[in-house]
Amino acid sequence: MRRLLLTVLAAALVLAGCGAEPSGAGGKVTVFAAASLTESFTRLGEAFEAAHPGTAVTFNFGSSATLAQQIVQGAPADVFAAASPATMRTVTDASLADEPVTFARNKLEIAVPAGNPANVRVLADLADPGVKVALCAEQVPCGAAAAQALEAAGVRLTPVTLEQDVKATLTKVRLGEVDAALVYRTDVPAAGGEVLGIPFPEADRAVNDYPIVVLGDAPAGDLARRFVELVLSPQGKDVLAKAGFEAP
Amino acid sequence: MTTTSPTGPARGGGRVVAGRLPWVLVVPALLGLAFLVLPLAGLLIRAPWPTLLQRLAEPQVLEALRLSLVTATIATAVCLLLGVPLAWLLARVDLPGRRVVRALVTVPLVLPPVVGGVALLLVLGRRGLVGQWLESAFGVTLPFTTAGVVVAEAFVAMPFLVISVEGALRAADQRYEEAAATLGASRWTVFRRVTLPLVAPGIVAGAVLCWARALGEFGATITFAGNFPGTTRTMPLAVYLALETEPEAAIVLSLVLLAVSVVILASLRDRWVNAA
Amino acid sequence: MTASGLRARLVVTRPAFRLDVSFEAAPGEVVALLGPNGAGKTTALRALAGLTGLAEEGHITLDGRPLHTEPPDRRPIGMVFQDYLLFPHLSALDNVAFGPRCRGASKAEARRVAADLLERVGLAAHAAAKPRRLSGGQAQRVALARALAVRPRLLLLDEPLAALDAHTRLEIRSRLRRDLAGFDGATVLVTHDPLDAMVLADRLVVVEDGAVVQQGEPAEVARRPRTDYVARLVGLNLYRGTGDGVRVKVGELLFSTIEQVDGPAFVAFSPAAGALYRTRPDGSPRNLWQAAVEGVERHGDNVRVHLGGPIAAFVDITPAALADLDLSPGRQVWAAVKATETHAYPA
Repeated sequence: MRRLLLTVLAAALVLAGCGAEPSGAGGKVTVFAAASLTESFTRLGEAFEAAHPGTAVTFNFGSSATLAQQIVQGAPADVFAAASPATMRTVTDASLADEPVTFARNKLEIAVPAGNPANVRVLADLADPGVKVALCAEQVPCGAAAAQALEAAGVRLTPVTLEQDVKATLTKVRLGEVDAALVYRTDVPAAGGEVLGIPFPEADRAVNDYPIVVLGDAPAGDLARRFVELVLSPQGKDVLAKAGFEAP
Repeated sequence: MTTTSPTGPARGGGRVVAGRLPWVLVVPALLGLAFLVLPLAGLLIRAPWPTLLQRLAEPQVLEALRLSLVTATIATAVCLLLGVPLAWLLARVDLPGRRVVRALVTVPLVLPPVVGGVALLLVLGRRGLVGQWLESAFGVTLPFTTAGVVVAEAFVAMPFLVISVEGALRAADQRYEEAAATLGASRWTVFRRVTLPLVAPGIVAGAVLCWARALGEFGATITFAGNFPGTTRTMPLAVYLALETEPEAAIVLSLVLLAVSVVILASLRDRWVNAA
Repeated sequence: MTASGLRARLVVTRPAFRLDVSFEAAPGEVVALLGPNGAGKTTALRALAGLTGLAEEGHITLDGRPLHTEPPDRRPIGMVFQDYLLFPHLSALDNVAFGPRCRGASKAEARRVAADLLERVGLAAHAAAKPRRLSGGQAQRVALARALAVRPRLLLLDEPLAALDAHTRLEIRSRLRRDLAGFDGATVLVTHDPLDAMVLADRLVVVEDGAVVQQGEPAEVARRPRTDYVARLVGLNLYRGTGDGVRVKVGELLFSTIEQVDGPAFVAFSPAAGALYRTRPDGSPRNLWQAAVEGVERHGDNVRVHLGGPIAAFVDITPAALADLDLSPGRQVWAAVKATETHAYPA
């Protein structure tokens, strides 16, 4: 009986040890990236793996703020690409990384369900009480940008919901539960034909800079730097531009 | 711990001598307890005690707490109203395909709540099968309203009540119901005057579980009802949003949720569950 | 045939069991269904109450009206269950008032009826008590009051005394007998205890394996059992044989009796009527046979000897006789019973 328990304990320790193994070993790069980068970074990851046979790029896409918290709490990430300098600061303030580099910019667009049932044309239309609007919560980058743009335009509105990330906001539009939302222009094509994007001039007053950084204690430091180089290269710029990002 | 004396068990001394506690059970039990309790301890240790009171007094916190308590309570009432009869149907009526129905009832237990929220949108949303009709006929829309929060919470929490009450109904001695029938009681009277009082402890236990689940509901709520302070932002949503930027605030909110639920559950248990 | 009272043919089919019993009970008459466990007595009672469905051939008529087409709550019956099943959440008074309330009486009226009945069964002082505070005997009385409170035309009692200890049982049995005597409807009671049946019932219906094997007045059934089960219940040795005048041939043995019977016949005698001898006795004409002792057990103040041999039999002897005979299993003895101590009757 005692021997059995020791065996179980030993097995548990071995398993625990496996979990703690550095994720960079064996040519692996772990990239934490903002949800809005899902499509373009996935493509770049495939290109990186093709250019560096035997390596593997693992992505963790999500709200920049959540990812920043996970990194601060010790998540094993090699590269962090955020949707705003503010969320990046959470990581750099904890002195977990060097100087970040801005690699892309994103602007907001008004997203409406296909057919535009509320007939929204300009930003001011969103203030109409009959129009249901979803925004990102101000705590996340797309929400901060939306607040900034609305203030710049002098538009006051009461949204029906404050979503926790841009994809959730977009989902409400896709399902037709809201008449309009403010999302990144890069997210609109990602939603296919179900969502229509309407650019508005005030968006220029709330441009989001996307910074990227290799984390200080990156287990796969060298590979991580090469991935960031790919993002900054002409090939990377091309992929990002196709997704709707602007160059910095 | 009581152990047997090496000279043999005491006889006729009036003292019960228990065998040695088997450590094969005790060790995993203590590990299990630690596993459940340690994360709570982590919250307590990392809580920003000096600023705690000040954070608690913030209007958004009180607003979220009030909304959580109100919606969880209404959701529990809804679950009782619909869930107890459903449990009765499953336990007492020979339905065709009863096993399938019972499996369907438990679906919200295994469904990720976010998926549950999407499913609710597809049915009760503005363009949903039923929601469309609700809006055109009554001008009622559920998403982004407090009623929507109640719907999401009830959807996720009802199986807890149904399973608990159905179990109580199956365990209850059905011959009491037969005795009532021989005294001239209709099935409704039997249910009201005999069955309900007999399974009351099970109903209270189920309602408590149901309320606790509704109080902690996150995924279906944020997906179906959205997230807006005062109308739909319950405590779990506030916690999640606070985590994005201010983990300490999230800890404070969680502690409030924890304290309130522990107090209410403990007082309910003493008053109702043990009394039966 | 009178239209009042109960006339029933109860047919219930289960995968490995079929109950098919017919009997009647006149108003004021107490009929006991007596039988071993698993004979189908309780099933029969549940069928009368409507708690178990009747097969197509079955029917129940009460006072000329068909009963089997009504659901349980519409039948004019009162039932006392084996462990009484008093509602644990209601007081004794509310338990008794439950029936009248369900049958349309106002709350005050129902409670008045209930209080009267509790008074009559001597439990007025316990009206407010919850069932778990009542003794077994008290609970039985409340259960009876509850069943009578709906003014039933048919009273059903399922093992009404089985849950009581021996002492309480004696007292409650005689009270129950008086209560049943005061009830003007038909009563059907189920029991596996012959003493309960003899004391309480006007007529016995013996049920074995789902069928009626014998019915009649208690004294008649006790004197002339027709199955081994009934014989054991009433404590008689019973044999089936062929009668020829005042002799009945049972296997190899020829029994002399004082009753005239021809053709298939039963012979019965009491164990106390038997006698045992070490050697073959001389003298008076007796039924005499050689048997082997199979076992010895206490039986009241006497000793009951189990005999094998040409016929199996019980014979009761005194402890002193036991010592004299020096009986031990396997020993050969002579057994005898007087012709005047046997009963012979047609099978």
